[in-house]
Amino acid sequence: MDGLLAFINSLPGAFGQGFAWGIMAIGVYITYRILDIADLTVDGSLATGGAVCAVCITMGWNPWLALLMAVVAGLLAGLITGLLHTACGIPAILAGILTQLALYSINLRIMAIGSESTTKATLALSVDKQNLILSSRYVRELGLNNPLIVLVIAVIVVIAVLYWFFGREIGCSLRATGANVNMARAQGINTNFSKVLALVISNGLVALSGALLAQYQGSATVDMGRGAIVIGLAAVIIGEVLFSKVFLNFALKLLSAVIGAIIYYIVITLVLRLGLEATDLKLLTAVVVAIFLAIPHIKNQYFGKRGGKHHA
Amino acid sequence: MLDVKNICKTFNAGTVNEKRALNGVSVHINDGESIAVIGGNGAGKSTLLNAVAGVWTVDEGTISIGGVDVTHLPEHKRAAYIGRVFQDPMMGTAATMQIEENLALAARRGKKRGFRAGITKAEREEYRELLRTLDLGLENRMTSKVGLLSGGQRQALTLLMATLQKPKLLLLDEHTAALDPKTAAKVMETTRTLVNRDRLTTLMITHNMKDAIEYGDRLIMMNEGKIVLDIAGEEKQKLTVEDLLARFSVASGGAMLSDKAILS
Repeated sequence: MDGLLAFINSLPGAFGQGFAWGIMAIGVYITYRILDIADLTVDGSLATGGAVCAVCITMGWNPWLALLMAVVAGLLAGLITGLLHTACGIPAILAGILTQLALYSINLRIMAIGSESTTKATLALSVDKQNLILSSRYVRELGLNNPLIVLVIAVIVVIAVLYWFFGREIGCSLRATGANVNMARAQGINTNFSKVLALVISNGLVALSGALLAQYQGSATVDMGRGAIVIGLAAVIIGEVLFSKVFLNFALKLLSAVIGAIIYYIVITLVLRLGLEATDLKLLTAVVVAIFLAIPHIKNQYFGKRGGKHHA
Repeated sequence: MLDVKNICKTFNAGTVNEKRALNGVSVHINDGESIAVIGGNGAGKSTLLNAVAGVWTVDEGTISIGGVDVTHLPEHKRAAYIGRVFQDPMMGTAATMQIEENLALAARRGKKRGFRAGITKAEREEYRELLRTLDLGLENRMTSKVGLLSGGQRQALTLLMATLQKPKLLLLDEHTAALDPKTAAKVMETTRTLVNRDRLTTLMITHNMKDAIEYGDRLIMMNEGKIVLDIAGEEKQKLTVEDLLARFSVASGGAMLSDKAILS
């Protein structure tokens, strides 16, 4: 009974994490589902978002402006991966890995801005000392300072803007590039531009997620994004498995990625309660994602054939 | 309308797999003229079409469309002048997008794409009427994903997309070869209707000798990266499959067309 209570008590925290990571999952959805590229930049750009936001706030900037700066940094990270991929012809996965690796060094430098040391691996924020938009400290409080309010609004705004964007001519050309690159070029779409744009938008969102997380958790760390791509994929896949039959509208598909992230964090909270160490989570996440990615393939490979024999 | 001058293209230059796919091809197509291109496998037919479409740039020679030199323009910029239908029905449409979305993408070929609506209400009505002319019932499935359509339906849709905005040049790359005979005949009929309606300048590759003879104002035969026959006017109208085979044999120095070409 105590365990159940403790679990219920920790649910708001899971929702907070889930919403913040949900924005990251939307970014992954854009590259992985719309553009059909697994972009590994996100592991770095999530931390970049957190680092830029934390540094700006430490220097006394307005926290909203700090969020904006984080997004801009994310857009730039996406631009670099996009140019490495299109202008330099590096395969997308490798381009993402290169940017991610480079960002590790850059993030250490970013977090040292304004301090005496040259590099810094963590930067703490405190809602007592600094002006933050959201903090996990108030996640169980009934009031306007509850971080879930900001997070829900952020998710709604992001989905609304993307829904509008992907209904525009330029958004449609981006979807066409992901759907069939030959067709897109034959219809006069500059597919390289589309790819760069998708990577830019995606990493902007991932950095926004990192910035919100840094404020929510009260710290930015250089490895806060480690394995982020897998968590993002887990959220996208969980959302699809549960809602792909009912959520047909594009906005709802984005929402299903956010719900996927929330479910992911609820499950994580549960298994932590059951006695797993926090350090075991990456293994657990990898196993879950591997299973869900393998299911469609295994279904076709083994059950598809058997079904065919029956029919013949 | 299309002016191709002495173009050459070699693939895998300097390796054991070196292949001179185009060997000094020149061809001029007048406005409104439709041309059928035939030839054996590896003759350079598709390579010629890809060179015109800008899939890659040629090693030598120039290509101009409607007086504009496009030799160094990338594929997506040349698309402003060119409508294309591919051999593979999967290639010309976006499977995960709706029928009407595919048409809307085609309607914006060669135009700047900004923040205007991806598809408008007025467009939907226009597309519904156009789809009705195909007589495939697609006008009632406008929000269906193209991936749900059959190969023939996809090719008919791709044709419609290629001609939605009148192209200066229509390129058809064996666009009925992957279809069953009945569907192929229907798609050929649609092609004829659309090409005649807009007096489109057309370059059509085919494996089918009969199609090549029946279709178009002019017939070009290719062999080993060169144009070996160019028949137009009255001479073309009187042509038979037997004539064509005999003339090909002479023009190519005794080589035979592929089995597929002879059988059709």
